[in-house]
Amino acid sequence: MTAALKSQRFREEREADWKRLERLMDRAEKRSVASLSDDEILAIPVLYRSTLSALSVARETSLDRGLIDYLEVLSARAYFFVYGSRSTLLDRLGGFFRKDWPAAVRGVWRETVVAALLTALGAVAAALLIAHDAQWYHVFVPEALAGGRDPAASTEALREMLYDGGGSGDGLSVFATFLFTHNAQVALLAFALGFAFCVPSLMLLIYNGATLGAFLTLYFSRGLGFELGGWLLIHGVTELFAVMLAGAAGIRVGWSLAFPGVLSRLDALTAAGRTAGAVMGGVVVMLFFAGLLEGFGRQLINNDLIRYAVAATTALLWAVYFYGPRREARS
Amino acid sequence: MSAGDKATRVFVTPEGVDLRLQIGDGGQRAAAFFIDTVIIVAALIALTMLAFAAGLTTGGQAGTEIAAIIWLLVAFLLRNFYFTAFELGAAAATPGKRLVGLRVAARDGGRLRAEGVLVRNAMRELEVFMPLSVIMIRTQEGGGQAWMYLLAVIWVGIFALFPLFNRDRLRIGDLVGGTWVVRTPSQRLTRDMAVEGSERLVRYPFTPTQLDAYGEKELHVLEEVIRRRDRRTVRAVAERISAKIAWSASPDQDDYDFLSAYYAALRGRLEGRMLMGRRRRDKHAA
Repeated sequence: MTAALKSQRFREEREADWKRLERLMDRAEKRSVASLSDDEILAIPVLYRSTLSALSVARETSLDRGLIDYLEVLSARAYFFVYGSRSTLLDRLGGFFRKDWPAAVRGVWRETVVAALLTALGAVAAALLIAHDAQWYHVFVPEALAGGRDPAASTEALREMLYDGGGSGDGLSVFATFLFTHNAQVALLAFALGFAFCVPSLMLLIYNGATLGAFLTLYFSRGLGFELGGWLLIHGVTELFAVMLAGAAGIRVGWSLAFPGVLSRLDALTAAGRTAGAVMGGVVVMLFFAGLLEGFGRQLINNDLIRYAVAATTALLWAVYFYGPRREARS
Repeated sequence: MSAGDKATRVFVTPEGVDLRLQIGDGGQRAAAFFIDTVIIVAALIALTMLAFAAGLTTGGQAGTEIAAIIWLLVAFLLRNFYFTAFELGAAAATPGKRLVGLRVAARDGGRLRAEGVLVRNAMRELEVFMPLSVIMIRTQEGGGQAWMYLLAVIWVGIFALFPLFNRDRLRIGDLVGGTWVVRTPSQRLTRDMAVEGSERLVRYPFTPTQLDAYGEKELHVLEEVIRRRDRRTVRAVAERISAKIAWSASPDQDDYDFLSAYYAALRGRLEGRMLMGRRRRDKHAA
């Protein structure tokens, strides 16, 4: 049978290729890329390009609407496959921890400094207020978080809690898990809130600092400052840093929304979102480590000096990892 | 496409071809989110019951603790990474989106990046989970004041309805992540209606004047009519066209044959003009 129309011949000659691409896409989407052989994976980009060029030709020469609709959908499917990410999860994670995350963290260094200053500001403000009136303590440290660590407790009780984890050693791992999930939730919130022109992120950072300040004031007033330092810093270096980074990411997003600079507001927001997203992915990991240190490290290590040593080591590790000099990637 | 041009967006691939993607509308997005929420909640309930069962059967503190740890971790992962994990996969869609026929794509036409997916879902915290948990905490403490509920409802309302107030149906998370949600319709290759029409052309010699009566728009309507092949419509359309082009029908003429032949002839004519760079949108065009 000879086709009368050019567009009919055009379609008949190429239909087999399109059908093949369609079958490959069906398999890749329904099952997985792994179900395709090497030859098939290599064939897809070729088929994709020929389908795409068939689409442009069909749009200019054919009035068979079913065909054009079909080619549009098939091209889009293949486009997402060809330009989608096909690197394995491990590759992606490797690249993220080697390069993307530290780069993103370095990228928000100004915001990080601001976040640190705000935390310090909160701590100082809380200390001053509590010195003025001890009742302020309860404002900054809610009942649930305090767990008996309040000005009414005896110095002896306070000291004991520093070395006892606030419970029996059996509940350790549950406690660690709870801390991790709770802190990660707070960090994610600190980030998301940045969207409202950074104000809530700033407030959360200050509040976090205030809680810290309240603890410090209480323990210093009982002469337990050094001991508290070990108790806090063993995980706090990691945790506070993570929360500050989350706040910094939030500030970056909020700032770019308020002051987009030369970019359009939307583009500025998207660019900031990319950096902030990379920072946030890592923050969750940091908080996981912080949870481990808090749940296990702190409960198992009861020597102040070792606690300080662990804190110093983590500080050094994070500092070198994020800000240390590294070989420039040759492009 | 029949879905109308309001949802169609220019999306140029690196090869320079516009794929004319269709963005997902508000209803589809809401449906997908609803399905995902149901899945998450069902998983949480199942998980809780499992944890209780495990705690009861194993007895002792160790069993309870492990159950508690697993519960906490899985609940955390579900809340924060259910969406992210699925959208990072090859389908770039959660089960809900898949069922509805949606996927996430980068707005700039480039690769969908992990950061973008992470950010778009971290924003859900702000859009949904935070106000909800505020309400729940207040209810538990019994200190729920009317204005707190009102504020929370307004808050969720603003974010939930945000997609309806911009052309591309972007969520706040889409804005920040540089993503959008597009349709992935399933479209099979339909029959070329000109194939059988061309075979009948011999019996229906149309003159060029008769073929100049219509344009592309009418051609597409005609294509629909013969594809459906509803007897009464076919008859009515055949009569209209016969009258318009002054076709004198032979007594044994089949309406469907006539229409499919006219379709093939008209398409040949219009495509011939197209090749010369003269498209004809509809019968009113020159």
